[in-house]
Amino acid sequence: MVSLSDYLILSSVIFCIGLVGIFVNRTNIITLLMCVELILAAVNTNFIAFSHFLGNEAGQIFVFFILTVAAAEVAIGLAILTLLFRTRGSINVDVTSSLKG
Amino acid sequence: MSVESLNLFPFDSSSLLVALPEIFLLSAIVVVLLLDLFLVKNFKQVTYYLTQVSLLITGLLAFDLIGHAETIIFSNSFILDDMASVFKVFMMGATMVAMVYSRHYLVQHSLFRGEFFVLVMLSVLGMMVMVSGYSLLTLYLGLEIMSLSLYTLIAIARQRAVAVEAALKYFVLGAISSGLLLYGMSMIYGISGGLNISDIAAFASNSDLSSREALIINFGLVFLVIGIAFKLGAVPFHNWVPDVYQGSPTAVTMFLSTVPKIAAVAMLVRILVDGLSAMQPYWSDLFMVLALLSIALGSVVALMQTNIKRMLAYSTISHIGFIMLGFTTGVVTGYGASVFYILVYVLMSLAAFGMIILLNKKGFEADLISDYKGLSKSSPWFALMMLVVMLSMAGVPPFIGFYSKFFILQQVVSAGFVTIAIIAVVFAVISAYYYLQIIKSMYFDEADKEATIFAPMDMQLVLSINAVLILVVGLFPDFWMKLALSLL
Repeated sequence: MVSLSDYLILSSVIFCIGLVGIFVNRTNIITLLMCVELILAAVNTNFIAFSHFLGNEAGQIFVFFILTVAAAEVAIGLAILTLLFRTRGSINVDVTSSLKG
Repeated sequence: MSVESLNLFPFDSSSLLVALPEIFLLSAIVVVLLLDLFLVKNFKQVTYYLTQVSLLITGLLAFDLIGHAETIIFSNSFILDDMASVFKVFMMGATMVAMVYSRHYLVQHSLFRGEFFVLVMLSVLGMMVMVSGYSLLTLYLGLEIMSLSLYTLIAIARQRAVAVEAALKYFVLGAISSGLLLYGMSMIYGISGGLNISDIAAFASNSDLSSREALIINFGLVFLVIGIAFKLGAVPFHNWVPDVYQGSPTAVTMFLSTVPKIAAVAMLVRILVDGLSAMQPYWSDLFMVLALLSIALGSVVALMQTNIKRMLAYSTISHIGFIMLGFTTGVVTGYGASVFYILVYVLMSLAAFGMIILLNKKGFEADLISDYKGLSKSSPWFALMMLVVMLSMAGVPPFIGFYSKFFILQQVVSAGFVTIAIIAVVFAVISAYYYLQIIKSMYFDEADKEATIFAPMDMQLVLSINAVLILVVGLFPDFWMKLALSLL
């Protein structure tokens, strides 16, 4: 039997992979989007696990909304990425460094 | 689903009246979006006027609901109280003023498109949902409607490489902060078993909370505070603020530095003050650190800026520090001082960005401090207005910016944090330097080139009223402070 804490450990591991991925990634911005998705996947795992063990459906409904918002978010992210490619000719993280000070 | 279980969610159509401002604004957005498609090029101004009318009617509907009895509808996930209504009225007013200023900028820089206004209204809708959110789900959805529209708004200047870069940075950091916030929400949900703020409050204030349960709430709380601090732009989660402010088109910078901050403060009040007030000792410690770091870094780093938008970004960070300081006191009067501060901040920030936009003309951004040299010769009236705004931001009496800082510090001192108040005052004095620097370059430096103002009369008029309000409101601070207190 898989216990609640197993799910929570799994989700925290996914969460950490996503978060660390964002900070150590110095190459490609698409990887950043994937890491954001990992974070959201971790949150979804949390919600579903809690919802199941609490016997309360609210958490699962929350997950539907998170999935929808994540889809919209990625659509906008990729659109911005396309614009970045048009203006800079590259989607590496290091091209986004003209603003600083 | 059986009929009996449907009856668990009674739906009374009269409850829709409570959400009338939101429903109206949503319908207006759809109409404006569709109408804009069919407008020929010479009639694009119609979109602007329709937007203003929609915002005005929404504001009036919200105004009409002030004083309405506190009502919670939609399965306990949407609240109408005085805070929500008054914040909505302020947000509508601020957005309308921002749109008056924006129009000049958009026309000058060939960015005048219908989508700009539709996206602004959509993000305002998200903010209204945030202000009225009474469950973690509504708060999250409101936040995302707002953020997704803001990312797109920045990228509206799609030929400008800096704007696209700013949009990308805001997008990535916004997505991370939403992720952190959600992780915190999932923890709070898991331990309290409910998404509604009232359920969470009931659970957290339970006196026989085991230490393990308290630990998990605290674990979630840290993530919530980080998520909120990201949205407000408090140090050390401020990295996106200067880049986004500088890179975005000034009209968008103005909008995103003002109205979303009100919504973020409202979300903070809903989650932390209404929901987790039992955990106040824990989160106010976190806030103390965030507030002091924000005030210190915002005041010191701004000294080295040559770009006025970037300087205002750091000034925002230090203002946010003061707002968070009010929340550390743990008393209602302290929260009221913070609410007062955010409203004052919005008034000042609108005027400051309005001044930048006023000097804009084709191919000229007026975003360097040196662009203000000799403004007092070419346009004495607006130099005076800028002087008022800058002195108010620096916290000089009798302007309203002084009272907002004064109320916060008064509350901090009476809560017993005298050292903290002294540190805040020292940094506020340091920050006066860069505001005075702009005044110096307006009044004592020779102009390199003649500054001419092309802005239309309506913008000049609104900007003057906005700046004069900073002085006039400053003459009756008590009334506004009482209003802010009555909201909590």
